[in-house]
Amino acid sequence: MDDLLALFPPLLEGLAVTLQITFGAAVLAVPLALAAGMARTSRLRAVRAVSTVYVEIFRGTSALVQLFWFYYVLPMFGLRLPALLVGIVVLAANAGAYGAEVVRGAIAAVPPGQREAAVALNLTASQTLRRIVLPQAFPAMLPPAGNLMIELLKNTALVSLITITDLTFRGQLLRSETLRTTEIFVVVLLLYFAVALLMTAGVRMLERRFRIR
Amino acid sequence: MKPIFDWNFAWEILPTLGQALIITVQATLIGMLVAVTLGLVLALMRRAPLWIVSAPAAFIVEFVRSTPLLVQMYFLFYVLPSTGLSMSPLTTGILALGVHYAAYCAEVYRAGLEGVPRGTLEAATALNLSRWRTAVGVLLPQAIPPVVPALGNYLVAMFKDTPLLSAITVVELLQQSKMIGSTTFRYTEPLTLVGALFLVLSLAAAWCVRRVEGRLKLYGGTR
Repeated sequence: MDDLLALFPPLLEGLAVTLQITFGAAVLAVPLALAAGMARTSRLRAVRAVSTVYVEIFRGTSALVQLFWFYYVLPMFGLRLPALLVGIVVLAANAGAYGAEVVRGAIAAVPPGQREAAVALNLTASQTLRRIVLPQAFPAMLPPAGNLMIELLKNTALVSLITITDLTFRGQLLRSETLRTTEIFVVVLLLYFAVALLMTAGVRMLERRFRIR
Repeated sequence: MKPIFDWNFAWEILPTLGQALIITVQATLIGMLVAVTLGLVLALMRRAPLWIVSAPAAFIVEFVRSTPLLVQMYFLFYVLPSTGLSMSPLTTGILALGVHYAAYCAEVYRAGLEGVPRGTLEAATALNLSRWRTAVGVLLPQAIPPVVPALGNYLVAMFKDTPLLSAITVVELLQQSKMIGSTTFRYTEPLTLVGALFLVLSLAAAWCVRRVEGRLKLYGGTR
């Protein structure tokens, strides 16, 4: 039992890194998703094209391939970023691309009459977006955004493959040190599960708070 | 000074990458076969009237969906052999992919099953069909076709998760490109090619899924 408890301090240290990456990537991904999602509904063809290319590239290639590309190929162009930064930026870009589709879908689901009414009331384009469209689209974004957060949390495990000592990496280290494979991976899985449950509960609370009445 | 992207080198390594792509595609297809089968079992278990059947299925789906595939893969890779069950890394990886996506497929099937009108099931009871005939002849033919596009999307998602197999020593596309990189000290061409291959294939697959979706809409819609 004692040596089971001894597994926890290093694993919790790893969990802290995992949470840091999840949080950092989420903070970057939200504005990225909003910008790319709105850009996809833009009237300007160039804006639409740029956002479509971004979304398709990051949704169409694998997250792990993206991590490796940024980690191994960018230094060849003379751009050497620390692994942690690569992890956060790539996961944010990946989540942002999926998030952009959520934003686009939610904006498209706002009834056209709302925009027409805004035009009739002589609101400017930015007023229409800020005061009419986004507030109504926001509640529809929440449930899929919550799922994406959990996907992001799960994707952070991939950064262990570019040498970041997150929860998964700690688990692997402990495994080679102690060979208590079963216990270690059960604890690691349960820790991820616990974080995911907390996230789900948080999103549920937000959903209740922003429900359209 | 070598060029930034050496097209000759890229052309040279393409056949090797093509070989590895076969493993990737193989893993995706067999993994999906496991996922759609196991997923259906889980979805049907979740509908069971006995909680002792439905509760574990619900827990498995939730647990598998909210923990990382990579850790699940490590779990199977390192823990299964200690129970005396040893499989090749590729088989282990395919099993992990299959189980992971089975949880997602179970949710997809659930939506399909919930969309079946109750009246048709009541009619099956009225006609005195056995439970088996009701399930196979009435329930599933109505539940499954509408969710095929959603399953297709998970096929594409699984394809994009196959690079994780490289973490458990399977030489699939990504691992092959890393091996080329470590022997030639050029990562740009192999890794960019891998990215491009994933992009082209997943866009093509997504296009096929949309076609199927369009066809299904002609026959009474999708759920």
